[in-house]
Amino acid sequence: MPEVLKAPLVVEFPFTRSLGPVQSAFLTGLRERVVLGVKTGDGRTLVPPVEYDPVTSEEIRDLVEVAATGTVTTWAWNHEPRRGQPLATPFAWVLVRLDGADTALLHALDAPGPDAVRTGMRVRIRWAGERTGAITDIACFEPYDGQPEQPGGHTGEFENPLTGIVTPARLDYTYSPGRAQADYIDALSEQRTVGERCPSCRKVYVPPRGACPTCGVATAEHVEVGPRGTVTTYCIVNIKAKNLDIEVPYVYAHIALDGADLALHARIGGIPYDEVRMGLRVEPVWTQGARYPDHYRPTGEPDADYDTYKELL
Amino acid sequence: MTREIAVVAFAQTDHRRSTEESSEVEMLMPVLHEVLDRTGLKTADIGFTCSGSSDYLAGRAFSFTLALDGVGAWPPISESHVEMDGAWALYEAWTKLLTGDADTALVYSYGKCSPGSVRDVLTRQLDPYYVAPLWPDAVALAALQAQALIDAGDTDEPALAAVGARSRADAAANPHAQLAGRVPQGDYVVRPLRTGDCPPIGDGAAAVVLAAGERARELCERPAWIRGIDHRIEAHALGVRDLTDSPSTRLAAEKAGAFEGPVDTAELHAPFSAQEVVLRKALRLGDGVRVNPSGGALAAHPVMAAGLIRIGEAAARIHRGESDRALAHATSGPCLQQNLVAVLEGDPR
Ligand SMILES: [Zn+2]
Repeated sequence: MPEVLKAPLVVEFPFTRSLGPVQSAFLTGLRERVVLGVKTGDGRTLVPPVEYDPVTSEEIRDLVEVAATGTVTTWAWNHEPRRGQPLATPFAWVLVRLDGADTALLHALDAPGPDAVRTGMRVRIRWAGERTGAITDIACFEPYDGQPEQPGGHTGEFENPLTGIVTPARLDYTYSPGRAQADYIDALSEQRTVGERCPSCRKVYVPPRGACPTCGVATAEHVEVGPRGTVTTYCIVNIKAKNLDIEVPYVYAHIALDGADLALHARIGGIPYDEVRMGLRVEPVWTQGARYPDHYRPTGEPDADYDTYKELL
Repeated sequence: MTREIAVVAFAQTDHRRSTEESSEVEMLMPVLHEVLDRTGLKTADIGFTCSGSSDYLAGRAFSFTLALDGVGAWPPISESHVEMDGAWALYEAWTKLLTGDADTALVYSYGKCSPGSVRDVLTRQLDPYYVAPLWPDAVALAALQAQALIDAGDTDEPALAAVGARSRADAAANPHAQLAGRVPQGDYVVRPLRTGDCPPIGDGAAAVVLAAGERARELCERPAWIRGIDHRIEAHALGVRDLTDSPSTRLAAEKAGAFEGPVDTAELHAPFSAQEVVLRKALRLGDGVRVNPSGGALAAHPVMAAGLIRIGEAAARIHRGESDRALAHATSGPCLQQNLVAVLEGDPR
């Protein structure tokens, strides 16, 4: 079996989220070293606070300050911290019920080892040196054997309350395209374009995905298509894409390669943008060492007859 | 009048650590063909198609639309997708059949965990304000639940190890399982959970055909009638919930009619050993009930398909005459946040 094609794939996005009044107060509070909960209709205090009572679904807004000390309600020892977690050294995940709260907050506990942690142990917030209004303003919890701290009675009104947060997310993958698409990519490295023919309807799909979407059966028969083809439809792009070194306007087109029953899309070059037309005959232009055609250019042949490509529009 | 709806066929892949040589549709297609072959149906005969998967596993937006190539979606078919385990896709299909809009449904789901780190990927389903920025991975959250159970006296580490050992011993009879036979309990992943308490990470797919009334009897010798199905959800904040209990599972079971008579088989979607302890309690399963004869999620856990597989395995036991009344359960979210329960019955013998 040939070697499986693979490439790193990183998905990264800074999610920008707006905050409602309760979340805003809680996260602004963390920035100011104040922990706020919210009171439910039946008098319980939820920390971290939410905007709707999880039992009655009533809207709740009644903010109340709780202490920065509390009790561990359950824990788990994490000997191998992963990227993005609160501490880089081994730590315990903990749910902590802060003094004055009826529910528990998830965070990390800095402790020398699992033997130093138990359910029921007393802990205190260790604040981050630089605080921005995020759950990570709590750097972690630490063991605490003093008296419960007394909350200051804060009302949740702040100068410059936060209205939103940005939470970056990144996930790392190894992408492998599968058998059919890998064959397609391998052929492109030899400047050939291959499709696959459906055993049932006999259509040739380019690029192949290993299945005929009409018949729902596997495709496997390789068919070399092109290199020449016909423009079936196109659009004129007037907006410059970020990091793309192509002058605007340019033409992006659907191209039915000779022998293919599906059009693929590519840029058209070597012709003024306003002279591109349906039926234009084109061929690929490869640049040195490229893994796919840079663009397609006119071949100089007469335009294709509409009837020869109308099924591929 | 309420229509009777049954699971008439079930198929699944061999679940493996990696299927990197195949795309999702290439992995899925043999299973679709197998489940249709069992009934003699062709894709064009199917009244409704519903699938479950998650783009986050692949790291590519709308990856599920490519999988549609495998079902022959042209000319246009009646189709839907849930970004959840296929068990919830089955729920949607069941609802569709109840309305009378279709007589047959194809339900499929798949998950490829191998391209990414599923522990990290699952952090993205958590509360994005208070929890996700801390990146607590799926094992860490399950470990908090396990410790809560140990503190409550509901289990201990040897009992948890026994759950894993029993699951993998049973999986020896399941040719599709990824982990079977004797598997070392291993080191702590996140204490108190060891490797043996955690599901294998793997790729796989599953498919089910549903049919209504007489159509079901035509397609299957002994249909697995869905007597009830229900799903419930709990508050997403972990610190609000009692992690040693699963009231949503109990409520779903009650609404599905699970307590109206004894079941002989239960296929439970418990990715972590401790979660089986919670589910057994919530579902009041006695020692006489055969739990996870397939090996369960501790033997194979293709994310997004593992719940549908529980329904499929329970139904297949009824098809084979090994069960008369079975319960199937699927879960989603951290620490059993969302739970679905289905009650399946075979015709009296
Ligand atoms: Zn075809």
